Amino acid sequence: MKSNKIFISGDEAVAQGVRLSRPHVVAAYPITPQTITVERLSEMVEAGEMDAEYMHVESEHSAISATMGASAVGARTFTASSSQGLLYMAEGLHYCSGGRWPVVMMNANRSVALPWSIYGDQRDSLSLLDSGWIQVYVEDAQEALDLIIQAYKIAEHKDVLTPMMVNLDGFILTHTYELVDIPDQDMVDQFLPPFQTPNKMSFENPKNLGFSSRPDDNTEFKYQQNEAMFNAIDVIRKTDEDFAEMFGRKYHGMVEEYMCEDADVVLVALGSVCGTVRVVVDKLRAEGKKVGLLKIRYMRPFPVEEVKDLARRVKAMGVIDKDISFGYEGTVYTNLNSAISQIDKYVYKSNFVGGLGGRDITKAEIEDMYNKLYAGLENKSEETVEFFSLNVEGND
Amino acid sequence: MVSGKLVKRLTNDQLTNDQIIEKMSRPKHTEYKTPTHIDDYPTGPQYEAGFLPEKNAGWRTFKPVVNHDECIYCLRCYLLCPDGTIMKDNGKIKIDMDYCKGCGVCAHECPKDAIEMVKE
Repeated sequence: MKSNKIFISGDEAVAQGVRLSRPHVVAAYPITPQTITVERLSEMVEAGEMDAEYMHVESEHSAISATMGASAVGARTFTASSSQGLLYMAEGLHYCSGGRWPVVMMNANRSVALPWSIYGDQRDSLSLLDSGWIQVYVEDAQEALDLIIQAYKIAEHKDVLTPMMVNLDGFILTHTYELVDIPDQDMVDQFLPPFQTPNKMSFENPKNLGFSSRPDDNTEFKYQQNEAMFNAIDVIRKTDEDFAEMFGRKYHGMVEEYMCEDADVVLVALGSVCGTVRVVVDKLRAEGKKVGLLKIRYMRPFPVEEVKDLARRVKAMGVIDKDISFGYEGTVYTNLNSAISQIDKYVYKSNFVGGLGGRDITKAEIEDMYNKLYAGLENKSEETVEFFSLNVEGND
Repeated sequence: MVSGKLVKRLTNDQLTNDQIIEKMSRPKHTEYKTPTHIDDYPTGPQYEAGFLPEKNAGWRTFKPVVNHDECIYCLRCYLLCPDGTIMKDNGKIKIDMDYCKGCGVCAHECPKDAIEMVKE
């Protein structure tokens, strides 16, 4: 296969993925660490490399509103945000998924104020799990580019018609330069045909778009939205397979298991930290420890079957959460626990909360997590939720 | 901000601008069938225009009466009716009395005083 690799950042990889997907409308407001993506898109439109309307909106709220309006009448649309900007869009996110408009968004995962921080964690998008968007978390720049293309195919599928958010860790992915293969435009065109909506703008057959509903019908629209999200699971798997066949890169659908086949103890994580976990798994495997990694790719729809399947095969599971739901535990942990509670088997579990506000998660810390899981299993300890990287003494 | 060029790219219709303007009328009212299966619902809250919940004109005291000899079909009333009850009908304006609330905006705005509010 012909290779066309260039050295670009994660943000630029996203912009390349968007260009190849040929959206009609891009509306976005710049915010660190997403800024480079929208700058590149603006330049591409200006240079005529993209036949799109670039709307210079005055806020994130306007960005999501503009993309919704264009999507509603049949335009393929893109927006991008991060952190405070994403939360400023929050009203529109629910509106968009309820409207069944397949907008594709890139979110650069960044901490949420206060304290003010431009650095990465996953509290922004995880606090919006209930907004009705498909959420995927990528591990590197290549996956970011490929998932933008896949996102349009998934979101626009007639059985799905649900907006999709592609999440990449701020700075760790957005600003790190990697060799990224740029797919051939003809092949992307073949993979991703033009968007066809049942609501295409027509003066011959006018439609009433985005109406209100009374209590008699509202539950039915929400039921339908939930069904569409479950439909997305098969579409996600099929899209990943079709993508692999055409472009030679496979991401394993809802989750990716790494060295889990005979594993006793596994860590579960989202996004870029999976790369570091893989290195630690290799080291511990060389020492004869049966450890593995479950990379959760999709948080919505949640990979219930995949989690249950792995839980049946292992003895202990630890979850790394780059977020905290104050007064309870990490959000990924809550979701994982809910799936595991459906199987009739004891699995020792622990939640490791950290990497907040841009703090690095080190190999030593990850190795420590595996050791704690082994110890907890052996001592039949109660499961724990701990902040693993406090720089000072905490309370017991 | 989105250009007419984009609108042309997105619509399948092959109409001239004059044809589009003439087509732009309030859709005829269609009877609403209560869904019995989830598949009877549209995908999301969008549907063919023209489905109104129920007739709603009960509080009208004065009704608009159009003098078609004076009317110059400027469509000012059509644009300004706050309830969208005015239609274009073969070169004449027509008011849907099932939905007109009798507010009198059309009569007030008519440049030829061709609409009179008459007590019912």
